[in-house]
Amino acid sequence: MDAGLRADLIQVAYLVAAFCFILGLRWLSSPRTARKGNLVAAVGMAIALVATIADASVETYIWIALAAIVGGAVGAVVARRVQMTAMPQLVALLNGLGGGAAALIAVAEYHRESVAHAGGSLPPVLAVGVMFSAIVGSISFSGSIVAFAKLQELLPGRPITWPGQKALNAVGAAVALGLAVYASFDIADPLLWVAVAIALVLGTAAVLPIGGADMPVVIAFLNACTGLAAAATGFMLDNTLLIIAGTLVGASGTLLTKLMGDAMNRSLTSVLFGAFGGGGAVATGASGEALPVLEISPSDLAAQLVYARRVSIVPGYGLAVAQAQHPVRELADLLGERGVQVSFAIHPVAGRMPGHMNVLLAEADVPYDQLLEMEEANPEFPQTDVVLVIGANDVVNPAARDDPSSPLHGMPILEVDRAENVIVFKRSMATGFAGIENLLFHDPKTRMLFGDARKSLVQLVQEVQAV
Amino acid sequence: MTDELREGLPFVVQLTVFVLAAWVGIEVISKVPQMLHTPLMSGTNAIHGVVLVGAILVLGAAAGGGFETVIGIVAVAFGAANVVGGFVVTDRMLQMFRRRPDPPDGEGR
Repeated sequence: MDAGLRADLIQVAYLVAAFCFILGLRWLSSPRTARKGNLVAAVGMAIALVATIADASVETYIWIALAAIVGGAVGAVVARRVQMTAMPQLVALLNGLGGGAAALIAVAEYHRESVAHAGGSLPPVLAVGVMFSAIVGSISFSGSIVAFAKLQELLPGRPITWPGQKALNAVGAAVALGLAVYASFDIADPLLWVAVAIALVLGTAAVLPIGGADMPVVIAFLNACTGLAAAATGFMLDNTLLIIAGTLVGASGTLLTKLMGDAMNRSLTSVLFGAFGGGGAVATGASGEALPVLEISPSDLAAQLVYARRVSIVPGYGLAVAQAQHPVRELADLLGERGVQVSFAIHPVAGRMPGHMNVLLAEADVPYDQLLEMEEANPEFPQTDVVLVIGANDVVNPAARDDPSSPLHGMPILEVDRAENVIVFKRSMATGFAGIENLLFHDPKTRMLFGDARKSLVQLVQEVQAV
Repeated sequence: MTDELREGLPFVVQLTVFVLAAWVGIEVISKVPQMLHTPLMSGTNAIHGVVLVGAILVLGAAAGGGFETVIGIVAVAFGAANVVGGFVVTDRMLQMFRRRPDPPDGEGR
């Protein structure tokens, strides 16, 4: 085939692929079309890959085929086997691989240039592309691997801190950037490797101090980083598809980071540099005295639920930890059959990544039109007879709304204290992730049901059946 | 060889593409409900696996078994795992989302 024509056809294929990605994202915004959207994006990716393999500059196929088959097979097997509760880990891991690939491409390109034009300097656009994807890709790689290790509990989930953390990170970032800039002027110099090494340490150092509850923000942020690193490889290789796709992901990751930050009333800087819950932020109850706590038995609760008109369930990450999604769905179904109106109220940061709780409940066969977002749920609480708070704590803490001295103050919450009755399923009276006392537990209309959430729910289901 | 690999686009054109893509991305994604945030994230996660395209170009143009070949092989394997894993897991997630079955009298919601 004529070389020019082939190049044009490849560009057309890239255009089609970009179109598929955008359409796919558009369809991902509605639950009815979401699955189709993901499929369209996958088709777009396949078109792009076929076109790339047809590129005239691609001369050796054997290694590509081997590496792609091994990588793809590992990805497919892991993606099929992973539990939905472990979804955040997998997304973190895949994200790290993408960032790592972007950094490696930059390193390979830099090496090629350094052989071809030893002692010269990189053209400015190429230099910025190489530097950006090498550094941001490396940060994304090591940061994601640490996030994965924390979520998988290979590393402790609590914040790990050390003195001078912020200053060291800032110095590291400045040095890495300086080395990369210098390396682009004198490309025979191995300084880019040092910059990459520092960036790897930096990614690790940035994520280690971040606690479990801040993970939704971090994962969204790392996703944005990998997207932008991919876009930078597009600048580097003059490839429009990489620029478009990488930028789309960068935009979505940035937006999600902001949404998650808003939902916790935390800025990205305070997540990355704040080490929330790292000690010091522990508040006590108003008087510091033992406040009254009222309990309820499963049989009393069953009767109360059956005669209620409206019941709202507030699931937190504790529900997922106790693997209680299925019994809670059973309870919701049973109550529904008896004419009780049941809904689930879900805080945006419930879980370990954005929207995680929705996926866990969907897996347990809870229909998605029963799931209410915070903005829909809050106006309904005053007309709700019973709210069941299961494994959630800080996201229902009224102090976030009422007490300006609370570290949670300003964080949007599910206002369950406006409902008629509140039942809190809790293992013990321990404080939440942030280590902050929750006055909701001492409210006169609150009853506590202590114990493992799963066992309590199974027992409650039996009691409801017996009523 | 290096220039063969590049399309030779002026920087301004690249920048235009970047800005427009950012705009489209923000427009399209700002309408995604919270319920779909996890699938959106793992879907976009699969899409940034498009670095696989770059990895193939780099590995495909790398001659012999040198440094670039080794780096390229790792990059292609990483990218392929990212793409395949991302799309498969997103599909698995999305197939679980279902509506409440319509009542038998066909009234719907």
